[in-house]
Amino acid sequence: MSMLKEGRPTAPVAVEQGDAIPATFTGNRGLMLEEALIFELGDDRTTGVDLEPAPAAPSRLGGLDRSAPIGLAGLSEPETVRHYTRLSRQNYGIDLGVFPLGSCTMKHNPRLNESVARLPGFADVHPLQPVSTVQGALGVMEQLSDWLLKLTNMAAVALSPKAGAHGELCGLLAIRAALEAQGDARSVILVPESAHGTNPATAAFCGYRVEDIPATEDGRVNVAALTARLGPDVAAVMITNPNTCGLFERDMKVIADAVHGVGAFVYCDGANFNAIVGRVRPGDLGVDAMHINLHKTFSTPHGGGGPGSGPVVLSAALAPYAPLPFVERGEDGSLHLIEEETAGEHHAGSFGRMTAFHGQMGMYTRALTYMLSHGNDGLRQVSGDAVLNANYVLRSLEGVLDAPFGAAGPCMHEALFSDKGLAEGFSTIDVAKGLIDEGFHPMTMYFPLVVHGAMLVEPTETESKAGLDQFIGALRSVATRAKNGDPSLKGAPHFAPRRRLDETQAARKPVLSWTPPAPAEAAE
Amino acid sequence: MRYLPLSDADRAAMLDVIGASSVEALFADVPAAALLDGPVPGLPAHASEMAVQRHMAALAGQNMAAGSVPFFLGAGAYKHHVPASVDHLIQRGEFLTAYTPYQPEIAQGTLQVLFEFQTQVARLYGMDVANASMYDGSTACWEAIVMARRVTKRGKGLLSSGLHPHYVSVAGTMAKFTGDVLVHGAPALTAETDAEALIAAIDRDTSCVVVQYPDILGRITDLTPIAEAAHAAGALLIAVVTEPLALGAIRSPGEMGADIVVGEGQSIGVGLQFGGPYLGLFACKEKLVRQMPGRLCGQTVDAEGKRGFVLTLSTREQHIRREKATSNICTNSGLCALAFSIHMTLLGERGLRDLAALNHAKAVKAAERLAQVPGVSLLNDGFFNEFTLVLPKDAREAARALADRHILGGVSLGRLYPGETGLANGLVVAVTETVTDEDVEALANGLTEVLA
Repeated sequence: MSMLKEGRPTAPVAVEQGDAIPATFTGNRGLMLEEALIFELGDDRTTGVDLEPAPAAPSRLGGLDRSAPIGLAGLSEPETVRHYTRLSRQNYGIDLGVFPLGSCTMKHNPRLNESVARLPGFADVHPLQPVSTVQGALGVMEQLSDWLLKLTNMAAVALSPKAGAHGELCGLLAIRAALEAQGDARSVILVPESAHGTNPATAAFCGYRVEDIPATEDGRVNVAALTARLGPDVAAVMITNPNTCGLFERDMKVIADAVHGVGAFVYCDGANFNAIVGRVRPGDLGVDAMHINLHKTFSTPHGGGGPGSGPVVLSAALAPYAPLPFVERGEDGSLHLIEEETAGEHHAGSFGRMTAFHGQMGMYTRALTYMLSHGNDGLRQVSGDAVLNANYVLRSLEGVLDAPFGAAGPCMHEALFSDKGLAEGFSTIDVAKGLIDEGFHPMTMYFPLVVHGAMLVEPTETESKAGLDQFIGALRSVATRAKNGDPSLKGAPHFAPRRRLDETQAARKPVLSWTPPAPAEAAE
Repeated sequence: MRYLPLSDADRAAMLDVIGASSVEALFADVPAAALLDGPVPGLPAHASEMAVQRHMAALAGQNMAAGSVPFFLGAGAYKHHVPASVDHLIQRGEFLTAYTPYQPEIAQGTLQVLFEFQTQVARLYGMDVANASMYDGSTACWEAIVMARRVTKRGKGLLSSGLHPHYVSVAGTMAKFTGDVLVHGAPALTAETDAEALIAAIDRDTSCVVVQYPDILGRITDLTPIAEAAHAAGALLIAVVTEPLALGAIRSPGEMGADIVVGEGQSIGVGLQFGGPYLGLFACKEKLVRQMPGRLCGQTVDAEGKRGFVLTLSTREQHIRREKATSNICTNSGLCALAFSIHMTLLGERGLRDLAALNHAKAVKAAERLAQVPGVSLLNDGFFNEFTLVLPKDAREAARALADRHILGGVSLGRLYPGETGLANGLVVAVTETVTDEDVEALANGLTEVLA
């Protein structure tokens, strides 16, 4: 038998024009794989785990033994791995490409962070172990606190808030506790109209009335309107700096002085800290409380919607009211966890506990690892590159997209465009869905609310120049199609795992869990 | 710096396009007095991957890992074996580095997982609908109390004395600022729960009764009479489950009439992690869904009629409703929900039931053995995988003395209730599938020594 030395090389075969490509039997299209639900794939007998048999012992369940089935479906391990791997491929992530979601800081998630967080000394430690057995965990909290305080030049930090919005709650509760200690809780919180939705929601959640402060023509807080509204009923002002238009609030210190002048406090939404980290310290701007999203500035993964972590730095005026627990180094050199038991002696003003246990330890280890990797010089480069990348996007695209604040000067970490100039009937969503077909995650759409059809692009420092050039080229192409009224754009995305989804139907008749299909009518 | 791809040549070329002389010039809007001209003082410069790894490993080495010693801690956080494939799958970059699925066409992976997760949680709890997760059990519990206020338009919550004291603290902190009245006390060291007293305390001002199942001392109480009494007075029953595995062995709160069920999901798939990140579970009856906090994933179709999933009913949420939202929650615990859901898929109905039976049998055997230690008695009649021992001395000291012998023997009630001297001798002991017969002997012998 002779060897086939040339193998079986394939070559493209010419297809007659007009030859229809039939739908596939499976619904799959090559590497784009459809995947059923676990309840359709599995059953109540299959399991992917092997357990030792239970030893003989009487039941002591108080007579409440379960008799009804739960209704769970199991898969073997290979089926499980395949199910979730196939699903993962229907997702876009930072690992795949540019993810310029404004206000969300989608930067690279270093894998060193992941491996460190999984060391058994961090991952396999119970929160209520005797403190002598968790000195390293408390050491992480102490070191992370030190970094956050030096980067912000603030007096104290509360680590326990679970995410940004929880951090906002922490800051406002500290403010409220401080005001109540003076015998005057006050009733109003002022929030600029460009703020994240969490700001007014948080203020309302802790019992305050929210009043909007208008923006100026150049996208910043209207200082005159703000100071005119200040008075003895105002508890605090919540300001995002840099703001959600991607601009630095130049008058921050003036605003802070005016707010302090009427006995109120300045809360700063620190979601955009990535623009200034290592260069500007909020404590130098008169801020009293600010949350820091470790899942934004300090690279802990977003995970498809959390977990986050939102430590709050506090001024000296608010420090006595910080929540429990926190870490203190004792005279003997060991670390102590200040909880309810010892709070009375050391920290009588604390407004209390915000969460069970001590907060997001798994995020502390990742964030500290990131800080140590960058160092103070690297973090300065982070904000520099993030701002440079955003300005590069702004100046490269302002000829094709309307940049409402572009003429006023440089932006910070994000470039803001509007839908002005798009063809009749075309809007921001069409540009966004067109970008999906180009292989990118879209920018933030329709936020901030102060700009019509806002497109907020935050490239972060993670992007290379070559990657940005490709993104800019794609956005220019899509924007041009939208300006020319290309009807194919209304149907985008064409090449994603799904076309545009019917959100109206989803909300009108909510289907929020799987139910088995009704049995078919028996044939007569 | 290894995470920053721009070269100096790139930066120069980009500055040319921008028309700026330097990166510093881009910060022109920052007042000069607030702009640092060099790195932040007092912090170290960048370090290599190897150096950082070494630094962090040294800190990790100062902790006593649960898996390295006989381990019996619970009280709201449980050590279970998590199959290796769970941690592998959650580290797929498409899951790990995705954002909240606001662009559903390229987030069907996350969305389908959330839909499956919601279904698993609803069924485990015996409820109609579950949301896409909260921060943790304690914050989910508070959100449930707030939701009950919205539903009933009443502001008094009755908290069972068997509710985890940290959950009570969180609710108490928030109630101070919202004006809700919360009625609660510390538990008594009795085999009976406070169900009768709770029922007696329900009145026409009561918005909700909050009962942990099994409770902080491991006791299990029938929720049915509490639900009936609450409903008769127009109040809601909120059940709190800190050990979801228990529901593989005991009746679900939904079967017994709970209106809202919340809890901690850490036990399944997530791991101990010194207390976080964990996973808040939140489920309720269908008729209450529009008052629910947090994100919800729903089924729909795309332009070609194919099944797909989206975030839905977002008019409840902060990014649409702002100050009128049902909660301020935004980021939740997506990746922990994924871990939970994968572990649940691996277990399936059969695996979850078997694992629950294994936990219970091991706990029953361990309780019998430990109750033989001189001076030690078992408090509970009924329990799942956690029970309370009453020691002849302060359990906090005993737990510390055991730790010195490299045994993590339980959570002392003194740690949880520092002001309650009547509880000081209680030790809450959790026994999961990870505990061996040798571990139980080590604890029994250790207790004998430290109590001698």
